[in-house]
Amino acid sequence: MSERKAWQELELGVELPAATSLGYKTGGWRVLRPVWNASECTHCMICVSYCPDMAIPVTKSEEGVAGKGGRMFKGIVRLETNLDYCKGCGICAHECPTKCISIIREEEAEQAACKL
Amino acid sequence: MPTLQEIALKTDGVDARIVSGHRMCSGCGIGPLIKTVLAASDKPVIVISATGCLEVVTTIYPFTAWNTPWMHVTFENAASVASGVEAAYKALKRRGKIDGDVNILAVGGDGGTYDIGFQALSGALERRHKFMYLVYDNEGYMNTGNQRSGATPFGASTTTVPAGKVSFGKPQWRKNLVEIAAAHRIPYVGQAAVHNTLDLYKKAQKGFNADGPAVLAVLQPCTTNWSFDPALTMQYSKLAVETNFWPLYEIENGFVHISTKPSNRKPIEEFLKGQTRFRHLFKPGNEHVIVEMQKMIDDEWARLLKLEESGIQF
Ligand SMILES: Cc1ncc(C[n+]2csc(CCOP(=O)(O)OP(=O)(O)O)c2C)c(N)n1
Ligand code: SF4
Ligand code: SF4
Ligand code: SF4
Ligand SMILES: [Mg+2]
Repeated sequence: MSERKAWQELELGVELPAATSLGYKTGGWRVLRPVWNASECTHCMICVSYCPDMAIPVTKSEEGVAGKGGRMFKGIVRLETNLDYCKGCGICAHECPTKCISIIREEEAEQAACKL
Repeated sequence: MPTLQEIALKTDGVDARIVSGHRMCSGCGIGPLIKTVLAASDKPVIVISATGCLEVVTTIYPFTAWNTPWMHVTFENAASVASGVEAAYKALKRRGKIDGDVNILAVGGDGGTYDIGFQALSGALERRHKFMYLVYDNEGYMNTGNQRSGATPFGASTTTVPAGKVSFGKPQWRKNLVEIAAAHRIPYVGQAAVHNTLDLYKKAQKGFNADGPAVLAVLQPCTTNWSFDPALTMQYSKLAVETNFWPLYEIENGFVHISTKPSNRKPIEEFLKGQTRFRHLFKPGNEHVIVEMQKMIDDEWARLLKLEESGIQF
């Protein structure tokens, strides 16, 4: 029989540092790739709030970024999709009200990149 | 109420409480659901997670997607552990060992809530701990491959009630967890869906700020076990609401309030079609199942309208 311990003497469970999954790149799962056309974007944030993988970064922009109709969008805006994490579900493209995200096959994207 | 832009900065900005690199299936509805709920807390949040997809996919050792204190407990006791955390926090505050306020969030899947964690949940509500219980409802035990739960809808085929020659799938209607929770006379119970970010955020905020226990039930399409194109997650969530299959409503201090009333409710087939778990319902001989399902949905909706109109307190 092992010795009985008071609860204060029990060992802690595993304690992990926070947010370490950022070191695990889920982009490798992707077969389809969302391609964002920034010049048609209204920065409505629908794609951001729907993205299951938090793969669309947002920032606060004082000077603004150019979007749909050449307008400058100031305040909270989205940035280029982070392909390290995007799994290519296609929700963003399906739900974008201005249809400014298109979906291409990952091989097409890679072939296009090789030609450059 | 913040704008979608302000919410996006909280869910996906540098201080996000849950981050990328988790291993949910592509297109899983849990991602947007949990990030929106976490963002709705204006205080630090302590999360207690029952076993299920959310827990499994966010904490595959040695990784964690949580950027807020988080604890994994067994399948059945998320609400009990949340009770203990709340009591401990109060005790430490009383002794001056800790400062400030926190929100405590217990999270479970429908299996972990409607079935196996139900007793723990009821006890915690009855003891009136100040915490919010969130159930992400994908209508089955999905982490283990689609077994039937108390939340699985009538007519759905699962591995434990498979549809076939003698069975049309689950023969019972689902449990009404929202009303059961309200019967505990708690200050806040809400029912939301993942596609309606603003409504979900608002309900989560009310739950966190309630003066006592709160329960939030959110429908979460499961791309893998409902088996549809992952791009359609939000469309299925929307159809569940537009068909009155999953009404958006809340019970605040006992009073029912319906959040949105579809002006022209869509026939239930619109929600069912394209999902493998309902595929058999479109085969000859099973027409009666859809008719029965439609009738139950319409009856339930009429009942909900009456509850709201009557102004009778739960
Ligand atoms: C007591 C116990 N029984 C069974 C299991 C195996 N198990 C792990 S996750 C899971 C399914 C959970 O279903 P639900 O709560 O609906 O969450 P979901 O997986 O759908 O997210 C099961 C059965 C377990 N971990 N503990
Ligand atoms: S949904 Fe479309 S328009 Fe809106 S922010 Fe995303 S890309 Fe831009
Ligand atoms: S395809 Fe899916 S994972 Fe990739 S950015 Fe769009 S919503 Fe996010
Ligand atoms: S099985 Fe379903 S609920 Fe679980 S991670 Fe996959 S899509 Fe999400
Ligand atoms: Mg489930």
